Amino acid sequence: MSKKEESKTPMLDELEDGPWPSFVTDLKNLAKKKPAIGQLLGQLEQSYEERWDHWLGTVINTPGYGGGIIARYSDIGNKFPDIAQFHTIRVIEPAGWVYSTDALRQLCDISEKYSAGILQFHGMTGDILMLGSNNEKTLEAAEELMEKGWDIGGSGNGMRTLACCIGPAYCEMACFDTLKTTKFLTDTFISQLHRPEFPYKFKFKLSGCPNDCACSIQRSDMPIIGTWRDEIQVNQKEVKKFIDEKGEEYVVDNVITRCPTKCITLKNKKIEIDDKNCVKCMHCINVMHKALAPGKDRGVTILLGGKRTLKIGDTMSSVIVPFMKLDTDEDYEKLIDLVRRIWEFWTEHGMDHERVGEFIDRVGLGTFLDGIGLEPDPQMVRHPRTNPYIKFEELAPPKIGGEPKAAPNVVDKEIEGREMVVEMKK
Amino acid sequence: MAEKKKMAPRDNGSPDYKKFLHPMMAKNYGKWKYHENIRSGVNMYVAESGDRLYVVRAGSTRTMSVDTVRKVCDIADKYCQGHLRFTSRSNLEFLVTKKEEIEPLIKEVNDKLGFHVGGTGHSISNILHTQGWLHCNLPGTDAAGAVKAMMDVLYEDFINERLPQRVKISTSCCQINCGGQADIAINLQHHHPPKINHDNMKICEHPKVVAICPVAAIRPAKKDGKDTLEVVEEKCMYCGACHGQCPSMEIRDANTDTLAIWVGGKSSNTRGGPSFMKLATYGLPNNPPRWPEVSDAVKRILNAYKEGAKEEERIGEWIERIGWKRFFEVTGFKFTKYHIDTYRYARTTFNTSTQVRL
Repeated sequence: MSKKEESKTPMLDELEDGPWPSFVTDLKNLAKKKPAIGQLLGQLEQSYEERWDHWLGTVINTPGYGGGIIARYSDIGNKFPDIAQFHTIRVIEPAGWVYSTDALRQLCDISEKYSAGILQFHGMTGDILMLGSNNEKTLEAAEELMEKGWDIGGSGNGMRTLACCIGPAYCEMACFDTLKTTKFLTDTFISQLHRPEFPYKFKFKLSGCPNDCACSIQRSDMPIIGTWRDEIQVNQKEVKKFIDEKGEEYVVDNVITRCPTKCITLKNKKIEIDDKNCVKCMHCINVMHKALAPGKDRGVTILLGGKRTLKIGDTMSSVIVPFMKLDTDEDYEKLIDLVRRIWEFWTEHGMDHERVGEFIDRVGLGTFLDGIGLEPDPQMVRHPRTNPYIKFEELAPPKIGGEPKAAPNVVDKEIEGREMVVEMKK
Repeated sequence: MAEKKKMAPRDNGSPDYKKFLHPMMAKNYGKWKYHENIRSGVNMYVAESGDRLYVVRAGSTRTMSVDTVRKVCDIADKYCQGHLRFTSRSNLEFLVTKKEEIEPLIKEVNDKLGFHVGGTGHSISNILHTQGWLHCNLPGTDAAGAVKAMMDVLYEDFINERLPQRVKISTSCCQINCGGQADIAINLQHHHPPKINHDNMKICEHPKVVAICPVAAIRPAKKDGKDTLEVVEEKCMYCGACHGQCPSMEIRDANTDTLAIWVGGKSSNTRGGPSFMKLATYGLPNNPPRWPEVSDAVKRILNAYKEGAKEEERIGEWIERIGWKRFFEVTGFKFTKYHIDTYRYARTTFNTSTQVRL
């Protein structure tokens, strides 16, 4: 193709003005050595003019994988032949999004060699996106990525690439090792990530503390969030310093009265906390982070069932394990066991395109807990039910209607080893 | 016989983050004591050992050419011992151990990358955006362009920490809403049922398209003797779930799609816990290349928030305190019947008390 085909882009040019950095300027510079980018901008300009998209989506798989490549074909490929095939590779990111420049340069080299030279840090799921290669080069790029120790994956009806906060790498709030757990879960379930086998996608996100920087409750099927079950650590010397600096009124307005369970009080420039009623919301610790810190007996709270809008509106995850330790190999085994039970029950009974949260809504949380072998816990709900129409299994007369039910209820499914995963404090 | 190519190793898994940690992060891993904001965009993390790590945050464009990424690497090599990190909102974090190197680093970030340092504390963080017309197959708008135009207008609130609390903004190009919950979100809105391309219906699995409809509005039909689908228009709520399943169920419309603004989403468990965002205003034109009506509306919300919120109050908490009546007064947006929920659990959103602000 001749290089003269570079399109004029008056509308996109308007996005080059202003103080914020412009992706248009960046791509225009790239177009000087990558003619395909000129055509990409040409197509984008056309989209701006028509307010209409020009990409078609489909599936391409590299051998041995069922996910990881987002195939895109231009529907005006005759006009922009260099981007007729313009696929994205989803590369699994390092936990916590930490990089060495060597690693980033390696990604740059692979991107430039096989594709259009565009990288995105990161996709909404958390993975690295490498944009713009054709059918053949996509597979070659994937091979080289894997040769160099990277891995791809996380699309389709399977486990998605995990995401986590920076955790113990530099944050003092981290109550468990988010980076280690992210790598552990990714590696343990790498097959589910590469070869989709579920009713629909499944996302884990991990946050080191209830500040939930990974937005896990709203954005993942299974949030794992750090917490503690003993007392908040209080450094009264620092408390006094904080009060002297900011004034008592400030502390009352911005710390004491903001506590959701009113469990924190101020007396003689000292803070007292009724830890039994603390719900670990983090607010006081966030404001007075030199004086207060999470307790020492740390672990995680696990939730289940969050997702974004389609199809039933947004759902937040809800508590499934109020607290468990996550230190030893056995703790990690318990976590793996819990995940397997959830997947087994959901995969067996979930409908096509039904996220685990939608599945729970359909069968009921009580039935779901039976199915995965977890005991109900008051911390799983805001309050007990208000609706009186209840099917008490134990109180119903036996064989109602004369004959046992022909088709077993989903509750009847037996799962081996039904002991509780939840560890209760003694 | 065709030559069989050698396959690279499979199932490598997650890259080893330990190799990528900055040496000071590796040394003090899990042993951090506290952090302090030392200027807008720069946090100092102090370890139990006494080590101090300065984290300099800069807003990236998310979509970057390899040349830009290499420039980022050059700066990280010079100031950060070759290590850096990204945040969940596509900010870059440069990791510095010498305080005196912060200002020269910021200068290079400004001059060589054109990126701004900020996004920490009580500021606007980088705006999350989805692929849009650049590379998605479903979008009705281009979030990347809208984000760039909006950040031009809002960037003073990115480089300064002068808001009552942090404000997170996201954008989404279709009603799947990949952009996520946020204090302020700009999402596309469709206005009619999907237009079915009957000639192209052969490429999809019909039962899957029928099954995905959340309101059971899609059913099998015959047209010109061929199997196809039809939509019960009264039931359809224009969500576009079918369009994701089958491109022949075209939900988008260049002439009628508009943008809506949602407010009050929050992820953190602090205080009242996580919350979903609620509809603030709708019917804004899908107006490339700079979507000025969107920036204006966002600015209006931010100004009212700055004016009326108490310290530490997120947008949703501020509105909860002053009430929605007042929110619509101070922003000037009109409250209409379309603000009243009609979907599942709608009644739980009604005011079932005499608690009204008069």
